[in-house]
Amino acid sequence: MGAFRFTRKQLCIPYAVFLICFVAAPLLVIIYYAFTNGEGQFSLMNLAGFFTSPYTIGTLAYSFGIAAVTTCVCLLLAYPIAYILARSQWRQKPVIVVMFVMPMWINFTLRITALKEILTVIEGNLAYHPFLNTIIGMTYDFLPFMILPMYTTLLKLDKSLLEAAADLGANPVQVFCKVTLPLSVPGMISGVVMVFLPSMTNYVVLDMLYNSTYIMGSLIGSYFSAYDWHNGSMIALVLLVIILIFTLFTNRYTDEDTGNRGGALL
Amino acid sequence: MRKNVFGSVFIGIMLVLLYLPILVLAFYSFTTSANIGSVHGFTMDNYRNLFSNEELREMILGTVLLAVGSALAATLLGTLGAIGAFYSQKAVKGFVGALNQVPVINADVVTGFSVCIMLVVVMGIDKSTYVPLVVGHVVLSAPFVYLSVVPKLKQMDSSLYEAAMDLGATPRQALAKVVLPQIQPGILSGFALAVTLSLDDYFIASYTKPATFDTISTYVVNATKGSQTEIKTALWALSTLIFLIVILVVVLMNLSGRKVGDGDGK
Repeated sequence: MGAFRFTRKQLCIPYAVFLICFVAAPLLVIIYYAFTNGEGQFSLMNLAGFFTSPYTIGTLAYSFGIAAVTTCVCLLLAYPIAYILARSQWRQKPVIVVMFVMPMWINFTLRITALKEILTVIEGNLAYHPFLNTIIGMTYDFLPFMILPMYTTLLKLDKSLLEAAADLGANPVQVFCKVTLPLSVPGMISGVVMVFLPSMTNYVVLDMLYNSTYIMGSLIGSYFSAYDWHNGSMIALVLLVIILIFTLFTNRYTDEDTGNRGGALL
Repeated sequence: MRKNVFGSVFIGIMLVLLYLPILVLAFYSFTTSANIGSVHGFTMDNYRNLFSNEELREMILGTVLLAVGSALAATLLGTLGAIGAFYSQKAVKGFVGALNQVPVINADVVTGFSVCIMLVVVMGIDKSTYVPLVVGHVVLSAPFVYLSVVPKLKQMDSSLYEAAMDLGATPRQALAKVVLPQIQPGILSGFALAVTLSLDDYFIASYTKPATFDTISTYVVNATKGSQTEIKTALWALSTLIFLIVILVVVLMNLSGRKVGDGDGK
């Protein structure tokens, strides 16, 4: 009996080793590089450099701005979509839900190419409205990721609570504000996590739409192509810390963590 | 009733906006035009170019091979890891689970950068060996396989395994004939997720791919900056083909009775 339990447990050794070598170790390497200089000595220069350079701080602020606005736009569009879909009695409802999720499975660079062609026809030159176009591009890219968790949450919502509130004298607006909205917060938080962090680092959308690199994700790349592992690692570390804080903060409010990236609807 | 009409119209408009770029591009992929706007004639040239141009053909084949290959490796590692961790002590389970969560919440840019620094800079593995690229994609997708297998293990009736053992099965037989069939849906959806993640990835590939190799994502991003109209319009055809394949897969899965879009998130 003892022997077979041992073998069952052993199955996880390859994956554990893999995670240690290619997930844990790289993080340690990044931390090491971030706090050393070219000669391999301990140094806080990279850290100081990050927070004193107007360019890096400006990029960070601009990335935050893009991510915040994208998240708000996605939230404002996705909530009514998810709400209407969850409450509707349409016979074709499953088909419509899938239609909102399907774009996730089409390569995002091809989708952004398509969007770029359309926007070019409408606007002429995309460089005239860089911020607007970035927000449109990001929203187009990430909207399904916001709809899915909110739809799931709203669908699971206990209908009898709504009826109870109505029976107790709440009008429809009150029912929505005091029952539906608070109960859909976990879905909203999952959606925000799925949209905010990627849109802070997704430099491809900016790059493709108007050749800009003014976003956190590109910053790593620009140091990387200059063989500057130390400053590149510092940027990566800053992003990691932001992600960590964000995750710790939001973890309390979400249901269970279902990794619904890439369409867990499958 | 009025509310219902308003809802349908809103959903309709959102769907149109979501699909308009893809559909417009699909329409123009059958024309001789190199820009959206004027149509002079219809042709299948773009589709012919897509398969006759060696560069494009190799890029598509390479992307698919990478997706399937890395997904197979990720599925094997993630599934074994999930089974092993499930039967291990709490500390091991917590350790593997926590490390598993890192690539899930981390930005892909940071994952790609850290894998590249680890394998290429620290370990000195050349990018042209494809090892960094494959490892990077396994790091990206194995955690999602792990996450889709774990719930199936939890749902499983643990006495079935014991029963198989009591009836004379060896541990290996019990695992292969009792455990694996029960968690099979989780493994399959994990594999499908892994394929989609690899196909959609740009960030990890851009840090780890050999200079002579392109995935669809990296190729498209480079192509949007180039001025070769033949390549550009061939990519419209590619986008249309992928769109059709996605529709086909969704329809087939619905027909085969697997519920897509039942909102359960699984």
